[in-house]
Amino acid sequence: MSATGQEATPLLALRGVRVRRGSQVVLEVPALDVWPREVLGIVGPNGAGKSTLLQVMALLLAPEAGEVRFRGAVVDARHNPVPVRRRLAVVFQEPLLFDTTVFENVASGLRLRGVAREALRTRVMAWLARLGIAQLAERPARTLSLGEARRTSLARALVLEPELLLLDEPFSALDYPTRQALLSELPGLLAAARTTTVLVTHDPLEARALATRAVALQAGRIVATGPVDTVLAAAGLGPLAGAVSLPAPAERC
Amino acid sequence: MDVLVAAVVQAVRLLLSGDAEVWQVTLLSLRVSLAATAISLLAGVPLGAWLALARFPGRRLLLAAVHTGMGMPPVVAGLVLTVLLWRTGPLGSLGLLYTPTAIVLAQVVLALPIVTGLSAAAIQQLNPLLRLQILALGATRTQYLWLLAREARLPLLAAAMAGFGAVISEVGAAMMVGGNIQGQTRVLTTAIVLETSKGNFDLALALGLLLLALVYAVNLGLTWVQQRGRPL
Repeated sequence: MSATGQEATPLLALRGVRVRRGSQVVLEVPALDVWPREVLGIVGPNGAGKSTLLQVMALLLAPEAGEVRFRGAVVDARHNPVPVRRRLAVVFQEPLLFDTTVFENVASGLRLRGVAREALRTRVMAWLARLGIAQLAERPARTLSLGEARRTSLARALVLEPELLLLDEPFSALDYPTRQALLSELPGLLAAARTTTVLVTHDPLEARALATRAVALQAGRIVATGPVDTVLAAAGLGPLAGAVSLPAPAERC
Repeated sequence: MDVLVAAVVQAVRLLLSGDAEVWQVTLLSLRVSLAATAISLLAGVPLGAWLALARFPGRRLLLAAVHTGMGMPPVVAGLVLTVLLWRTGPLGSLGLLYTPTAIVLAQVVLALPIVTGLSAAAIQQLNPLLRLQILALGATRTQYLWLLAREARLPLLAAAMAGFGAVISEVGAAMMVGGNIQGQTRVLTTAIVLETSKGNFDLALALGLLLLALVYAVNLGLTWVQQRGRPL
């Protein structure tokens, strides 16, 4: 059964996934589904294994055991995962921009896919405009502020119009106004991209503002799954969540 | 001081007079060293990237061997290559000793570890998460390596400059495997040694200035490529 009750097959499914670093098991996920059009929040303290889980989902890390299924088909991160990777997009904690212009950064994924020049330009400029950074198109990425760099890295992912967008703490280290602005803009951007999203965060405010469902991770294991507030409470993150000033996702739709 | 002034005058005069031998020696120096640098880049950058990215037992030992090669004395490289190319040596049948090709080979032996070691360092200094980001963008293996090289282009061009600088300036190996034969294997450095030994200091200094001008011109081009798009 899906989160929305409308889809029979999850977009992404993890089964019996285990990741070990040295002798220590850092991730143990018996089952986890990501359903189409949902924003799944993965919450937990630092070191809980959230980023490791995201890397497994992004086919960047092959688990020692278990399998990852994309639209029902098993995908092995070790053997030609590129076709499936091209249906995903990842935004990491750091902007990780290339040493070139903002335009070229946003265009980079499309260039790897061989998108024709005119179509590429149209798509890049559209997403630069949506992120409010069209005026920065020709600026070298190394001269951007952190907020501008984050917007560029979001545009670089969203321009791909991925079936699944994986966000790893995309608001960390941002100043308050920039973070609030991005938090309020992101639901609209995700709706425009019509993408399913996994948001990794240790911040209950972000989870409540963006997620439609949540999973709590502690010491590499899922300890709660379900509605965001319930999961936050189960993970001991509930009280902080009450401070959020943004409307819940359902109210914005 | 007078000697230096005379050398500059002599260098300008030599170039303007179109002295056939000077031009021939200069062009051979350039041809041989650019060929050796190009071969070293073609082999050394992928080799350096492999040493930086691959994980296998003995990687550190191999890297240490490359770093040792970066300090290889040219005369040792020249000696080993002379033994190999000697008429009765294992590669003697190729008939390469005392040819420009032999000089290129010797210079590759000197430049390859420099380019490989600096390329490995250039790739390793990139943020490891950037590698993940490139893969996450959907890069194939070739695209991945190309994007990494593009991100490391500044230190990679520095590797090219270091490799070229090492070979254009070396004299021991070129002398040993080239033989400093007039009109055939004489390059600027071996010509300078010869003219100095004959007491022709002004000519030797003039050739030295020519060599410096040549190195400057090539490095100016590489620096221009390296610093393109950066503030003055």
